[in-house]
Amino acid sequence: MKGVFAHKFWVVVWPYIWMLVFFALPFGFILKISLAESMIAMPPYSDIWSWSDGHFTWLGSFDNYRFLLEDDLYYLAYFNSLRLAAVSTVLCLFVAYPMAYGISRMEEPYRSLFLLLVILPSWTSFLIRIYAWIGLLKTNGLVNHFFMSVGLVDEPLTMLHSDFAIYLGIVYGYLPFMILPIYANLMKLDHSLIEAGYDLGARPWKVFLTIILPLSMSGVVAGCFLVFIPAVGEFIIPELLGGPDTLMIGKVLWQEFFVNRDWPVASAIAVVMLTFLIIPIYFYRRLEMKQLGVGE
Amino acid sequence: MNDAEVQYAVEVVNLSKHFDDVAAVDQVDLKINKGEIFALLGGSGCGKTTLLRMLAGFEKPSLGDIKINGVSVLNSPPYQRPVNMMFQSYALFPHMTVEQNIAFGLKQDKLPAAQIVARVTEVLGLVQMEKFRSRKPAQLSGGQQQRVALARSLAKKPALLLLDEPMGALDKKLRMQMQLELANIIESVGVTCVMVTHDQEEAMTMADRIAIMDQGRIMQVGQPREIYEFPNSKLTAEFIGSINLFKAVVTGGELTCAELPGQVVAGEANAVFEGPCYVALRPEKIRLDAARNLDATNCAAGKVNDIAYLGSHNVIHVRLDAGAGQGKIVQVHVSNFARHATQTFDFEQPVVLSWDRDAVVLIKADQP
Amino acid sequence: MKITRYLLLAGLVFLYFPLLVLVIYSFNESRLVTIWTEFSVKWYLELLEDRQLMDAFFLSLQIACSTAFMSVLLGTIAAYVLVKLGRFPGQTLFSSMIIAPLVMPEVITGLSLLLLFVGLGNWLGWPASRGAMTIWIAHVTFSVAFVTIVITSRLREMDSSLEEAAMDLGATPLKVFFVITLPLISPALISGWLLAFTLSLDDLVIASFVSGPGSSTLPMVIYSSVRLGVSPKINALATIFVGLILVGSFVFWWSMQRWARYSAAKTPGQQ
Repeated sequence: MKGVFAHKFWVVVWPYIWMLVFFALPFGFILKISLAESMIAMPPYSDIWSWSDGHFTWLGSFDNYRFLLEDDLYYLAYFNSLRLAAVSTVLCLFVAYPMAYGISRMEEPYRSLFLLLVILPSWTSFLIRIYAWIGLLKTNGLVNHFFMSVGLVDEPLTMLHSDFAIYLGIVYGYLPFMILPIYANLMKLDHSLIEAGYDLGARPWKVFLTIILPLSMSGVVAGCFLVFIPAVGEFIIPELLGGPDTLMIGKVLWQEFFVNRDWPVASAIAVVMLTFLIIPIYFYRRLEMKQLGVGE
Repeated sequence: MNDAEVQYAVEVVNLSKHFDDVAAVDQVDLKINKGEIFALLGGSGCGKTTLLRMLAGFEKPSLGDIKINGVSVLNSPPYQRPVNMMFQSYALFPHMTVEQNIAFGLKQDKLPAAQIVARVTEVLGLVQMEKFRSRKPAQLSGGQQQRVALARSLAKKPALLLLDEPMGALDKKLRMQMQLELANIIESVGVTCVMVTHDQEEAMTMADRIAIMDQGRIMQVGQPREIYEFPNSKLTAEFIGSINLFKAVVTGGELTCAELPGQVVAGEANAVFEGPCYVALRPEKIRLDAARNLDATNCAAGKVNDIAYLGSHNVIHVRLDAGAGQGKIVQVHVSNFARHATQTFDFEQPVVLSWDRDAVVLIKADQP
Repeated sequence: MKITRYLLLAGLVFLYFPLLVLVIYSFNESRLVTIWTEFSVKWYLELLEDRQLMDAFFLSLQIACSTAFMSVLLGTIAAYVLVKLGRFPGQTLFSSMIIAPLVMPEVITGLSLLLLFVGLGNWLGWPASRGAMTIWIAHVTFSVAFVTIVITSRLREMDSSLEEAAMDLGATPLKVFFVITLPLISPALISGWLLAFTLSLDDLVIASFVSGPGSSTLPMVIYSSVRLGVSPKINALATIFVGLILVGSFVFWWSMQRWARYSAAKTPGQQ
């Protein structure tokens, strides 16, 4: 058995080392820097311990975290991110479910064609797709032009730089991530279960609520995780579509890092964000492993 | 609706279903009696499943009509038909318990909760599954799942019960047992039942009457015995059981068989017709003797070509000797009456085949 | 349900309308994105003359290609480990590290990787500077997750009796992997490669964190132009993007259909 184990070991070791060094280890660094102090140097942070003449001195502090608590900007940004992400996730679900259902009920080759049509936009640049909405939503943009020319509104609506634009952006950008897992689940659904529902006297809407929806639930949950978790830390959408006063934590972190060059505070923001997200990430991982049928 | 007025539980009138110009079901007429178990038997692609799905309402007929208890159901969606189906895969809802599965149909009728519980208990008792009421389908064996599926489709007291390949998902040993059990339960409830199967044994065990289907058409309808003893076409003869066929012709009321030596005389039960036909002989209706003098009629000589010991009987292939039908292989079944058979055969042993005139079935050869 | 058909079509209009507008206005003579003046391709010509943009484009292309290769290599091994090798010590940690990057917010991945590179640079002297190399490492790290998922589901679907048959006929495990397993999962390898390629080409946030001076990727250049407002030049660039992807995908879909029909015709009995 030793031989088999050694064989296993040499196969498993490469991706393992890569992810350990470049995915897990960096969290250690983020944690470390979040305890440091910002200073004008290169790199722009202090050490959190020193080691001289056999003496260990602890220099780290929780000042950055205290700072996050004191300024309600951060508190509001976290809250806003969670709220915007949650609402957008629900909206996204309502748009995505009928689309996924519609595709799953199609015949080949139309099914694969429509699936392709849904995924296609996400292969073009995310940045460009979000940018496309700027020209549409601007005060003198196309949508307002259209509304005013048909007499729907007298004055241009303020759509860009609002929560509305953020919802729209997240739904638009993340739609395929919601559709795909739901579609995959619906495809696994045995059609005779739906027929059995009809056969036993349930009307279409009832069949949907009592059979189709419960049996595609794991796809719905996976889709919600896939949209919600990254949306909380989203930067491009609030940056391009949100207003200057739109607080989302991804944007705040970016500004802390690139504008204020305060790496320790940016790190502390990331650590706090991660603690918010660790539970959804944990559940998402379990679900994904189950979907893949990989043993636990 | 007065029950006495309506003679049949199901009437299928000139029913056709076309898929892209291909007729899956082609001008089918059927009348099914109340309380009868009726089997649609045929190979894959013969249209039996399409016919069943039209009865359930999952397929819309291209032409024709379906009446249940005298009322056309053509315009009713599946959820409004008094028809329930036991699916081949059972289609038990995996997220519901046995109890919830059975109650599902009753809940759609908005019955009071107490009544639902009572009915669920009743049908669970019928299939002897009371103990498993709070299990999920995945925690049941194949046979248990089948009982639950049956209970679910009986719960609403349908006017018509449909069974789609009821034994398809079971292993062979369990099949025999469940066939009888299922038929007993269905008969005790008294529900009219249409089942679809490709397994002739299953159809003959369970059904009161059988319809043989091929290429969307009904070839023959009758009781299992009728179909076995009096097949009306080469296809039904070959489909049910095994049979030996010999080309023959009837001219001026005279039967001449080119593939059998001597004269062949058929019993009176056969229809009278003229033209090309087949002489059909079931293997178990042929006697096999050691070499002896030949009779004048219904007799042929040959040599043993192959022997298969099947336990209950032996299957012996006999190669016909020189003369008409030389070299043709005839299958004969010889029962094993005693443990030590008095008469044994060896390879290449000369033998004589003979049969009664009543064993001869004449089949018109107009259908290929 | 008929209504889902209409909702599906409405959803597709929602997905494609903004891109369509983008494409139309890329041929507009005027700098204003909302007023149509006349047809022109001048923004495309300006695009070609933009050296910064073209440099960034080629850098992104290089990084995306090498990211795709490395991700498929690591992703294949990771998927094989997850599906075939059963339990091993540290499996939970391993699977977590493979799955988590799928949903990890980009700002966190970007910042943490930058801090790693800075820390390692100070401590070990490697990486000495940040640029294409560090971007490549970052992109591989999050692409591996996606590639692994794609290959894992393909491996799960695969009939393992094929491998057992090969083993039974005397092939060593390594031989089985290369001669049986790899050809059978090759469609997944190709989609994994394409997925990693587009993910890398698309990334702005992580690249912004881990890139160094002088190594701007295409999305970074686009971003710096986009934050100043709408520009027809970006529309032209987007049109090229959309056009390439659209044509490529339809050729891919069409050939898959042809292939499906061809192989269906070659194996009678299967529908």
